[in-house]
Amino acid sequence: MEKRREQILQVLRQNARLSAEQIAERLDLDVTFVEQVIAESEASQIIRGYYALIHDKGFKQPQVRALIEVHVQPERDVGFDRIARNISRFDEVSDVILVSGGYDLLLTVTGESLQDVADFVASKLATMQGVQSTRTMFMLRKYKEAGFKLEEDDVHERLQVTP
Amino acid sequence: MSDSKSRRSWIADHIAGLPRSGIRDFFELVMSMDDVISLGVGEPDFDTPWGIREATIHALEKGRTSYTSNLGLLQAREAICDYCTPHFGIQYNPKTECIVTVGVSEALDLALRAILNPGDEVVYHEPCYVSYSPSIRMCHATPVAVTTKQADNFALDPEALAAAITPRTKAILLNFPNNPTGANLSPEQKQRIAEIAIERDVLVLTDEIYSELTYGPISPSIASLPGMKERTILLHGFSKAFAMTGYRIGYACGPQVLIEAMMKIHQYSMLCASIMGQDAAIEACRNGRPAMEHMRFEYEQRRNVIVNRLNKMGLTCAKPEGAFYAYPSIASTGLDSAEFAKRLLMEEKVAVVPGSAFSSDGASYIRCAYATRIEVIEEAMDRMAAFIGRL
Repeated sequence: MEKRREQILQVLRQNARLSAEQIAERLDLDVTFVEQVIAESEASQIIRGYYALIHDKGFKQPQVRALIEVHVQPERDVGFDRIARNISRFDEVSDVILVSGGYDLLLTVTGESLQDVADFVASKLATMQGVQSTRTMFMLRKYKEAGFKLEEDDVHERLQVTP
Repeated sequence: MSDSKSRRSWIADHIAGLPRSGIRDFFELVMSMDDVISLGVGEPDFDTPWGIREATIHALEKGRTSYTSNLGLLQAREAICDYCTPHFGIQYNPKTECIVTVGVSEALDLALRAILNPGDEVVYHEPCYVSYSPSIRMCHATPVAVTTKQADNFALDPEALAAAITPRTKAILLNFPNNPTGANLSPEQKQRIAEIAIERDVLVLTDEIYSELTYGPISPSIASLPGMKERTILLHGFSKAFAMTGYRIGYACGPQVLIEAMMKIHQYSMLCASIMGQDAAIEACRNGRPAMEHMRFEYEQRRNVIVNRLNKMGLTCAKPEGAFYAYPSIASTGLDSAEFAKRLLMEEKVAVVPGSAFSSDGASYIRCAYATRIEVIEEAMDRMAAFIGRL
């Protein structure tokens, strides 16, 4: 059953719009079981939300995004947690990840314009207590996101009938 | 003036006598139409995983474009034998018990040519891949078909197999998981077939090209059962599990004396399989498993959908245990498979392969390949249901 539960989540992660009926058919499970797993996962916050992956082409003025490396002074007892949580509270910040390597936190920050993002970094982020330094990298073009390619590949046509 | 036109028949009798592949005409018809949804494709819809393609590019960059040893790169044979041990439950010596071939089709051809004398018999089971019977005939030997039945989920009944064996039988040819039925053998059936092979002193050729694409528990190959390694040629390749059909890399593993004989034919005909293909195969053996498991999970979901839909529209279909084919009965429609396939194509633009392509007994079945995106399968099933509703 644990394997089945994970398979339901795996299928949902690939396509959150599938109905419980469709998932049940694909995994050969009872619809009620699928509904129950999804409801439980939502209640226990295993499923944190559903969102659509939308290409920038869909908007007249796409958002500006930047990856920001942040050096942080860890704190006694809580390490990086307090400051990471505080950074997460900003609406401008869409991802906060603690990483190994040359810096501590990797953020994705979004804004209406380059200036928006630069202002956020200068006035809000860099001035936070515990933030030692930042490095901002504006995103120029995204090729792949969450496992989905954002560009069309050349399609190679297979033969229509083969033994 | 003498007539320059020859009165001789240039074509060898045993080739002239071969039937054209049953799907050839149908293929031409499908090709002449636009916007066809095809469930007729016997190859993965996935591209070869990038890591494997990248290994091929790397091989080219390094200038690896030469011949290899006739048996294949030793490194490739080592990677293959290392792969076979956990996968098939059997250990082969890469130096003497393995040959890399141009697809599993060549491996089968070599095996048949290496063992058959004119007049020998090979017992195989139908429905099956279209080449088995012709390949046996091309060796001047006699194919003897045992029909597998829907009532047995198209698994081979060992006793029916035993009944078909005569003193002239040299080998039995198995293909499980099966194209076109998706059937598999249980461990007990494999055991019984092994006992029969030993008792009747025949070889076993086992084409396990779909072995990774098994959706229940995977049982070890018949080659791994006691007393079987010395009388079994295991045929396998990379086309299906690793989506590498165009690479044309297969292999055979078996007793040294048989591999040696197969090597002679390969040496004088094919020489060797392509080196960059062999490099790709090494990568597939070593690092291809996660990508393969991802594809298998996709196929399993498609299988569940297609089997459910077929049964819902009244076409009885057992749940296939492996490969990527569903083989439903169309007996309830009153049409024979060629007519069903043609009308479905003309009226709904959905291509399936008539069962008659795979068995002389296949007029009541069609093969629906589910190596196609699930949304496409759903659309094809909707159209097929509409077609059946009108009958």
